[in-house]
Amino acid sequence: MSEAVLILLLSNAVKAGTILLYPTIGEIFSERAGILNLGVEGMMLIGAFFGFMITHITHNPYLGFLAGVMAGGLASLIHAFISITLRGNQIVSGLALTIFGAGFTTFYGQQWINMNLEVSFSPIALPILSSIPFIGDILFKQDIIVYLSYITALVMWFVLYKTTIGINLRAVGENAKASNAMGVSVYKVRYFWTFFGGLMAGAGGAYLTIGYAPFWLDGITAGRGWIAIALVIFAMWDPLKAVLGAYLFGSINALQFQLQAGGTTIPSAILNMLPYLVTFIAIVISSIIVKAKHIRPPRELGIPYSREEK
Amino acid sequence: MKQFFGLLLVVFIVLFGFSGISNATDNKIKAAFLYVGPHNDGGWSQSHDEGRIYLQKHVPYVDTAYSETVPEGAPCEKIIRDYIHKGYKVIFGTSFGFMDSMYNVAKDYPDVIFEHCSGYKTRKNMGTYFGRMYQADYLSGIVAGMMTKTNYIGFVAPFPIPEVIREINSFTIGAREVNPKVEVHVIWTNSWFNPVKERSAANTFIANKADIIASGCDSPASIEGAKKAHIYAIGYDRDNHDKFPKTILTSRIWHWGVFYTKAIEEIKKGTWKSEQYWGGLKDGIVSLGKFGDTVPEKVKKYVLKRQKEIIDGKFKVFAGPIYDNKGKLRVKKGEELSDKDKLSMQWFVKGVVGTIPNK
Repeated sequence: MSEAVLILLLSNAVKAGTILLYPTIGEIFSERAGILNLGVEGMMLIGAFFGFMITHITHNPYLGFLAGVMAGGLASLIHAFISITLRGNQIVSGLALTIFGAGFTTFYGQQWINMNLEVSFSPIALPILSSIPFIGDILFKQDIIVYLSYITALVMWFVLYKTTIGINLRAVGENAKASNAMGVSVYKVRYFWTFFGGLMAGAGGAYLTIGYAPFWLDGITAGRGWIAIALVIFAMWDPLKAVLGAYLFGSINALQFQLQAGGTTIPSAILNMLPYLVTFIAIVISSIIVKAKHIRPPRELGIPYSREEK
Repeated sequence: MKQFFGLLLVVFIVLFGFSGISNATDNKIKAAFLYVGPHNDGGWSQSHDEGRIYLQKHVPYVDTAYSETVPEGAPCEKIIRDYIHKGYKVIFGTSFGFMDSMYNVAKDYPDVIFEHCSGYKTRKNMGTYFGRMYQADYLSGIVAGMMTKTNYIGFVAPFPIPEVIREINSFTIGAREVNPKVEVHVIWTNSWFNPVKERSAANTFIANKADIIASGCDSPASIEGAKKAHIYAIGYDRDNHDKFPKTILTSRIWHWGVFYTKAIEEIKKGTWKSEQYWGGLKDGIVSLGKFGDTVPEKVKKYVLKRQKEIIDGKFKVFAGPIYDNKGKLRVKKGEELSDKDKLSMQWFVKGVVGTIPNK
């Protein structure tokens, strides 16, 4: 494999990773606030569909992207309402959201199958940064949505660990009652970050259909939402580690095709399975690390909160 | 208001009355089509739907209906039985995976005719049909072989089954006949219709300096990828030339309407017999599409000459000597691969870089 091939493959891997990075960051924050949202796959599908549709209608990929982001956010409010206001079971509600997203987009997406987008995000080479050998070609000749994901990861890391917002958020996920006593509105915090999780899932989905595919297809996310949830554990609820995880998976995705093109003797069915197989392995490894380092999920993850209950 | 309802009642009576009459005198042949994908998938299922529309237009005594995105297995059987209960007498199943369902139902309804595309199970009332697409694959391979500069051609392939392997082999034979340096690289997507995977496969080829991408999958995703990278593509299923005039060099196209018309006409005449139909360029069920704007006259001339030779029976695509990609002589000089061997092909010809998983 020559260097030029490697660069192109890795830059494709970053694009594939971006699809996972957004929802992973979103889910990290939702879980940090104590809300487990298993509806990522469904929210991504909704974001993917609306992103595609609006881009197709308006011929403006940025408007489409924004629509996909908002659609993902709105979908998450269903989960927020059930798990925060009604204090329902978060696992059931999240699964229902995934099923709803799949059904909704399959039904309304029928007439959009086999249309392709004439417009997409165009790559922009960043001055100075893009002239770094190797790294510059991979990371800094991408499109604006990829750059936005770098910024999101950095900013959100800062927000989580270095601001009052982050402290409040973490406190709510660890001990809602105590944060309430401190004057933090648990409901508001949880609603906001669940909504944020939805926006991010929508962003991942919209990037998939506008920037990556660019097609619409039933179930186009193909389990990426679930991989994102797994990546949250892999990243140990840290937005910067999520970057690593997302690109690792992007690379595996690109690798399976490269191995085939090079005439490998590994059966293609096994190569197709790789991303899911690696998810499994990654979870096992990171669970061991999590245990060894005494890192654990937010203490009140998945537990409904009520101000009235003493 | 009363008047309005009265009017509505009259309209209903008239409508139902007429439909009753038309049913009574209706001796049209009712034919149902089952598609594995959406009828507008831009590829395989759409090519069948165009065949259905062709049939409907050219044969006045037929009534057609279709079901799209039909799952394989039990749900497929139910859909077929529903059609039969509604009075459909001919069932066209257009995907390999419908084979067993059709075979099962065909046993229960000896007076209904079943035609199954690309399979091998037959009954007295169930025939199969397919086309010798390898002839068009071969011709498109010639175009690719003459047009490539990097000698690296990518082939986005669905499943490692004989139908697809035959496709890749005949394409490679064509390409290497005019350019022995060509290598055809294969990526399996393990899916008939998955634009995202097809596009990823195409991108991988592009990263590896491919300058032509062919596909045996059913969406135009790889052509889109080629267009974006300003390289060439070979189309499949339908002629997408008008959509990609600068990208597509030529396409391999199905004309299912030819077979559907033939089958329905035979049924009408009462001469229909269960057979394993395998038509080729000569019968018009497969063909090459329009040439791309950049294909030079010289190339077109060579291809058209070969096309005529195939139609006249003077040239055989799988004529020996043919070596496989491990160096073993598969077809001796002066011999031709039998149809049986073509239909069960499980090896790649020399020049293909790819792997067929072992069973």
